[in-house]
Amino acid sequence: MAEKRGRTLAEKVWDAHTVRRGEGAEPDLLYIDLHLVHEVTSPQAFDGLRLAGRQVRRPDLTIATEDHNVPTVDIELPIADPVSRTQVDTLRRNCKEFGVRLHPMGDAEQGIVHVIGPQLGLTQPGMTVVCGDSHTSTHGAFGAMAFGIGTSEVEHVLATQTLPLRPFKTMAVNVEGDLRPGVTAKDIILAVIAKIGTGGGQGYVLEYRGSAIESLSMEARMTICNMSIEAGARAGMIAPDETTFAYLKGRPHAPKGADWDAAVADWRELRTDDDAVFDAEVHLNANELTPFVTWGTNPGQGLPLGESVPDPAAIADETERFAAEKALSYMDLQPGTPLREIAVDTVFLGSCTNGRIEDLRAAAGVLRGRKVADNVRMLVVPGSMRVRKAAEEEGLDEVFTAAGAEWRQAGCSMCLGMNPDQLKPGERSASTSNRNFEGRQGKGGRTHLVSPLVAAATAVRGTLSSPEDLN
Amino acid sequence: MEPFTKHTGVGVPLRRSNVDTDQIIPAVYLKRVTRTGFEDGLFAAWRGDEQFILNQEPFRQGSVLVAGPDFGTGSSREHAVWALKDYGFRVVISSRFADIFRGNSGKGGLVAAQCEQSDVEQLWKLLENEPGTEVTVDLEAKTVRAKDFTAPFQIDDYTRWRLLEGLDDIALTLRHADEIAAFEAQRPSWKPLTTAQAAS
Repeated sequence: MAEKRGRTLAEKVWDAHTVRRGEGAEPDLLYIDLHLVHEVTSPQAFDGLRLAGRQVRRPDLTIATEDHNVPTVDIELPIADPVSRTQVDTLRRNCKEFGVRLHPMGDAEQGIVHVIGPQLGLTQPGMTVVCGDSHTSTHGAFGAMAFGIGTSEVEHVLATQTLPLRPFKTMAVNVEGDLRPGVTAKDIILAVIAKIGTGGGQGYVLEYRGSAIESLSMEARMTICNMSIEAGARAGMIAPDETTFAYLKGRPHAPKGADWDAAVADWRELRTDDDAVFDAEVHLNANELTPFVTWGTNPGQGLPLGESVPDPAAIADETERFAAEKALSYMDLQPGTPLREIAVDTVFLGSCTNGRIEDLRAAAGVLRGRKVADNVRMLVVPGSMRVRKAAEEEGLDEVFTAAGAEWRQAGCSMCLGMNPDQLKPGERSASTSNRNFEGRQGKGGRTHLVSPLVAAATAVRGTLSSPEDLN
Repeated sequence: MEPFTKHTGVGVPLRRSNVDTDQIIPAVYLKRVTRTGFEDGLFAAWRGDEQFILNQEPFRQGSVLVAGPDFGTGSSREHAVWALKDYGFRVVISSRFADIFRGNSGKGGLVAAQCEQSDVEQLWKLLENEPGTEVTVDLEAKTVRAKDFTAPFQIDDYTRWRLLEGLDDIALTLRHADEIAAFEAQRPSWKPLTTAQAAS
């Protein structure tokens, strides 16, 4: 019998949600506290329920929004694309039929599913949160176990409020030290992905720890957990602390009065025990980090902004070399070109990675009193209607429009180009989103992933830049 | 779900790593509300290139895809599994699968067979040297075979059992409805409800 050891944060949350332990090869049955739904990955799941004559077991633990397809201009008009319109209408019908709360386009609480959950106070420490979207990992910033699922699993959760799953392995990602000015959470996570690779987190839940993580705001923590999936991990987590509690207190769905005290007492236990052992550990020194950008077609192909496009010939591993050659060909880049000399056509500020108020503030701080370069278009797409409203109350919209950027309505927008916000073939973007896959932002489009600060500086100079290049 | 025991079909060598789900099916194809009819979206960007493997005979009729490591990374879209199946693929072989894609495959009746990278490379050579070579994937024995070459593959035992039996996950879970109800009864009362009136 193994010696009884302490447990990691992930193991504590898992244990607290185990309806039944699997025997032998059978998975555990895990209870789901919150199910987020959007229009793209749910229609076939609701159809499945109808075919089997099943109901939504817990509509009171389910919430839906329209985000992937919605246009970010003229939202008072019907959606022009008939296929998108049908998908959005289908969600509306399904939510009505099955009694699920929906925030439709134009609603004050509408927005990207991973922005509205935390904003409403629905995402809380120690919960299990799922959504038919891989960036559900975002919610792990609160110390929740949050992960993306496929449509069959969406149907399963709708019908049973549970999922059969085997426990994830645990990996500690220790980030110690202090970030230099101009270096952000986005740079941390891009550096983590470059270090462990796009497959490095497969099978793991990542727990981000260390002084650099503890000093981050909730928005910044969400940016980090959001991109855990880009390292192959289904989930990323950060232990809740005073920053977490302060963010939650007073939000519409946060506990109140005596419930608040009981909840906080419970949440304070959500830390990895000192004698717990992770299945794997990696370390990063925050002091050494600089702004990070991607040069290739997967999020692991990134480098500090001060470096140059790598030479595939220098890569020893055959598979990696081949991937780098293909990426440079697609991206139309030459080895040895300084990253700072790469010119872009478009700058996209937004997405569930970097579409929160703090991200807009950071970019606006760079753009204030400056202009977007003549040959660059910049789209600013708030993550939710509430973020948009908060930004307008602070006058950020005026900073963006005065600089020549477009101020849009809330949605996923150019992160994945399901709505009309897309790159044209051959166009190049600096994007605060999460994926630089071939064609992700539009067929033939080329994407460089960057932080909001780098996005704003790039918009001004027209080439990949950090704010210090503007002085 | 239809049971899967053994399948033999033309193997398709796809010499690419990090085939993400945006490549398997781009987002513009995800707007449909049906569960079938996604074959035209499969590898849509690459199929515009005449040299792409699926535009070559006899690979066009392929049903066993042999891909590089980290297959199915990125978006959780189950449409990636549907597109592969709608096109005619029954099996994907790779040395590493992204977790969500692997899970979705098991739900959708597509076998995600994990082989050693050295075995994947042997298969690539074999399929390239003799296009049209058939690959047999035996889920009971957990082996892939092509001509004289045989290699084991890994798949978790539970998924394998469900695929062999063609079982519906929801029906399996609902056998434990009493345990779910018992769990629900002891959840803390302060856990949030989406229906609760938001305080203004």
